[in-house]
Amino acid sequence: MAFFEVQGIVKFFGGLAAVNGVSFEVKEGEICGLIGPNGSGKTTIFNLINGYFPLTKGEIQFQDEKISELKTHQICQRGVGRTFQVVKPLKRMTVLDNVIASAFLRHHPRSDAIKLAEETIEFCGLTHYKDKIAKSLPIASRKRLEITRALATQPKLILLDETAAGLNPHELEEAITLIKKIRDSGITIIIVEHIMKVIMTISDHIVAINHGMVIAKGTPAGVVSNPEVIKAYFGEDYRA
Amino acid sequence: MKRPSGPFLLLGLLLILPLMLRDAYYQHLMILVLMWVAIGSGWNLISGYTGQVLFGAAAFFGFGAYTAALLSSKLGVSAWWGLPLGGILSVAIAFPFGWICFRLRGPYFALATLALNEIFRHVATIWESLTDGMIGILVMQTFISKLPYYYVALAIAILSIVTVDVVMRSRWGYYFVSIREDQDAAESMGIDTLYYKMLSLCISAFLIGIAGALYTNYMGFIDPKVVFSLHEISIMAILVGIVGGVGTIYGPLVGAFIMVAVQEIFRTGGFGILHFIGQSTGWPFMSGVIKYVSEAHVLSFGILVIVVILFLPNGIVGDWSLIRKFLIKSKKPAV
Repeated sequence: MAFFEVQGIVKFFGGLAAVNGVSFEVKEGEICGLIGPNGSGKTTIFNLINGYFPLTKGEIQFQDEKISELKTHQICQRGVGRTFQVVKPLKRMTVLDNVIASAFLRHHPRSDAIKLAEETIEFCGLTHYKDKIAKSLPIASRKRLEITRALATQPKLILLDETAAGLNPHELEEAITLIKKIRDSGITIIIVEHIMKVIMTISDHIVAINHGMVIAKGTPAGVVSNPEVIKAYFGEDYRA
Repeated sequence: MKRPSGPFLLLGLLLILPLMLRDAYYQHLMILVLMWVAIGSGWNLISGYTGQVLFGAAAFFGFGAYTAALLSSKLGVSAWWGLPLGGILSVAIAFPFGWICFRLRGPYFALATLALNEIFRHVATIWESLTDGMIGILVMQTFISKLPYYYVALAIAILSIVTVDVVMRSRWGYYFVSIREDQDAAESMGIDTLYYKMLSLCISAFLIGIAGALYTNYMGFIDPKVVFSLHEISIMAILVGIVGGVGTIYGPLVGAFIMVAVQEIFRTGGFGILHFIGQSTGWPFMSGVIKYVSEAHVLSFGILVIVVILFLPNGIVGDWSLIRKFLIKSKKPAV
């Protein structure tokens, strides 16, 4: 069985099918890119994996365990970390405290949690912001803080939701380097991203979504040249 | 790291204070202040640190108070047993309440606590066979002197401040503040938010319940209108928290001092100064002024809250650096 598998998940908001029968799997150690036009249901899929919304139908398997009926915090305890597209820093806490709160999940004595938090902060390159209040950080660092906090829970799978959006080219390079570093440390990644440069350079395989349904799967090059994908992004006139 | 000596100095001062301050009236005020420290600390833990606004502190306060009173009037046990039992039974109330109502967020939870407060007030009023309703319950006071009460109150105040301090330094503390700052983020960090909100509420209820039992023992008389009072207990608890500083260890201490002082200044017409002016000058309108001033303390609470929210949103302790800066600045031109 696959490391992580989504089987025919469906989510209705009232009468609207935000996600309609999406299935894909992710192998251990790879980076899976999730792409699709605005409103196609990418973030909703994350919220379903994460347990933030209950599923209408379908099943999610992680390491041979059905996680789709667990609560959000239980899913995190199983080893699925996530970041939010609209960043949710713990505003009035310092960066270090943000990460310590996360690190407590698997490291009990306070000193252990602080040690892990400091290591994780250094790994993500936030050391010089360590004692700053989270709400005072610029957006690029806030996005980075999201990742740091998710990493401090020591996940096996991490869901990155548009961590590169709103960054300048220099910050973008740094973000790509960081994501690769996370993969190299043995963490499997599912990433939602609009910036093609990011998704093309780092993904091992891509799942393209439109109107809550999978329209293409495969290698980055294969998916981008797929006529369905081009149609979804550019409209009928650009049909390849 | 240098350990601050401030708290120990303060503790020493509070220990010898009643020996210097022999006037029973001021000792009475100090007992009230210390009781409010306990209630304020309890309120601060659930509302200030965990961010779940408790609008019905009187529910736990009154429950603790009635536990102590009923122990003595129905079971013939010393009302002092109400101190531990009042705390424990308040937790027993907080537990099912939290389990159900923590599914509500923000203002909805606050309203639920308000409802709990009102439910208890009505039950205590209507269930006359148990509580004697509006007649209230009389408990014989153990001591004539105020000193023993002062030291019990001091012990409870210290217990609450130390409890909050220890909790906030631990993993629980980090979790509580995470929940306050962003509940969704906390969930996705693997924090069982329902469990930790319950934990916070139970500790709060325990502290507030003990304070209620102390009130019964000290005052010797309770009725539903006083101990389940919305504006004298529940709102006062919020004011103590906000004025002192939401989410600070010593905020409730400062808040309790100020709120009890403000209440007394208005209630007594400036500690009798207005009365004295009225008598010595013989102005006939002074008696009217005294009457209005003594009734204006609720209004003064409102004004105080507005001032604090506008200028010191983090309370006196939370914005202490701001106050100090202001004081230094206003001194400089004079020099």
